[in-house]
Amino acid sequence: MSVIVLSPLDLSLAALLILALAALSRHLRLGVERQLLLAAARSTLQLLLIGLVLKVLFDHANLLWVTLIAGVMLLVAGREVIARQKRRLLGVWGFTIGTLSMFVSAFAVTVLALTCMISTTPWYAPQYAIPLLGMILGNTMNGISLGLDRLTQDAFSKRAVIETRLALGQDWRQAIADSRRETIRVGLIPIINAMAAAGIVSLPGMMTGQILAGTPPVEAVKYQILVMFLIAGGTGFGTAVAVGLAARRLFDERQRLRLDRLRNA
Amino acid sequence: MLRLDQLATRHVGPLSLTIAAGECVCVQGASGSGKSLLLRAIADLDPHDGEIYLNDLACSAQPAARWRASVTLLMAESQWWAERVGEHFPVGVDPAWLDGLALPKDALDWTVARCSTGERQRLALLRALMGQPAVLLLDEPTGNLDEQSARLVESLLADYRRCRQATLLWISHDERQAARIASRRFLLSDGQLTALPQ
Repeated sequence: MSVIVLSPLDLSLAALLILALAALSRHLRLGVERQLLLAAARSTLQLLLIGLVLKVLFDHANLLWVTLIAGVMLLVAGREVIARQKRRLLGVWGFTIGTLSMFVSAFAVTVLALTCMISTTPWYAPQYAIPLLGMILGNTMNGISLGLDRLTQDAFSKRAVIETRLALGQDWRQAIADSRRETIRVGLIPIINAMAAAGIVSLPGMMTGQILAGTPPVEAVKYQILVMFLIAGGTGFGTAVAVGLAARRLFDERQRLRLDRLRNA
Repeated sequence: MLRLDQLATRHVGPLSLTIAAGECVCVQGASGSGKSLLLRAIADLDPHDGEIYLNDLACSAQPAARWRASVTLLMAESQWWAERVGEHFPVGVDPAWLDGLALPKDALDWTVARCSTGERQRLALLRALMGQPAVLLLDEPTGNLDEQSARLVESLLADYRRCRQATLLWISHDERQAARIASRRFLLSDGQLTALPQ
């Protein structure tokens, strides 16, 4: 079985769906047509570019290039985490906390998978490393941005409760414990839902892609299971680290709640 | 003994004041004069200049949580984070105190949602007292209470103050209450405390 090559015409037909949706948005005055078209254009351009980059990269498996691409992916994800937050931490903290936690979790999980589970040679073989990192990073980014957004909003709306707990002599960990737990839970829900529905309600994108490309279904399924576990690990630990660091940053050295460290919404 | 030394926070201070152990001092002043800000600074919940001493131990020389456990602020509006009242009392409550505030013995089994504002305010006071603080910073502790309950709160706090030689700094809007409870009264205006005649 070989891949059926898609022609530009095929893609243009699919693009009609986007145009139709934009027309609907205009008709119903949803006001998202601009955003929708821009996002569609962006994704087309970005994907075409990454396709070219990957093509070059696959031809020259080189640790330096793989690291460089991974670094760019990480920085863009860090920026995205910031952009998705209503009340982010001011200064370099917002960016650093999100990026650092993604680095710690997504990179560790990816390297672990490459060296111990998939065992590619060399371990940084770009054909495996980059797509794997992309999937793990993308999901970790979602978890972390959901988690951080929830934490800072929660701290803002529950300020009186947190300060009451501090006033009673609780330390900052106890005072924000409820919000922290709830926040990490929120970050984990998407991947738990995805795992629970996988195969029955939804056929995950990666597996579908492999099957479309001619991989035997059982092999594709094994990869999908691996990737799901990796994503769950990356997201869970990444969110826990990010929320832990951000929660710490919400308090100063005298354990005062410092909402002035958040940008006003 | 609680001593404020050139304490300043936002538009309050710098001010200095010494309150003896077992003494109750009342602070009065218009809304927005910074009474609550003053108490928050003493509890070290807001950044401030100057220093606060409890029995000659500086606030900045102690871990923040330990300071607040001994210099406890009771906020004007009580806050609750768990579903049941009892979950906010890790070491339970002295039944005599419940009785003293006309609360039933099973009050800890209540859900917070069913308590009235006044019941919550009295329970919040007991919650703060269970930490056995040496200093209580009280932000209108009887603000939501009727005359009768307010009197109960006053007498419970007077007992606590006598038994433990505790220091009370009490914000009150009620002239007659201030005259009843405090050995000294101050007016906070333009960020400064002025002694009021007894």
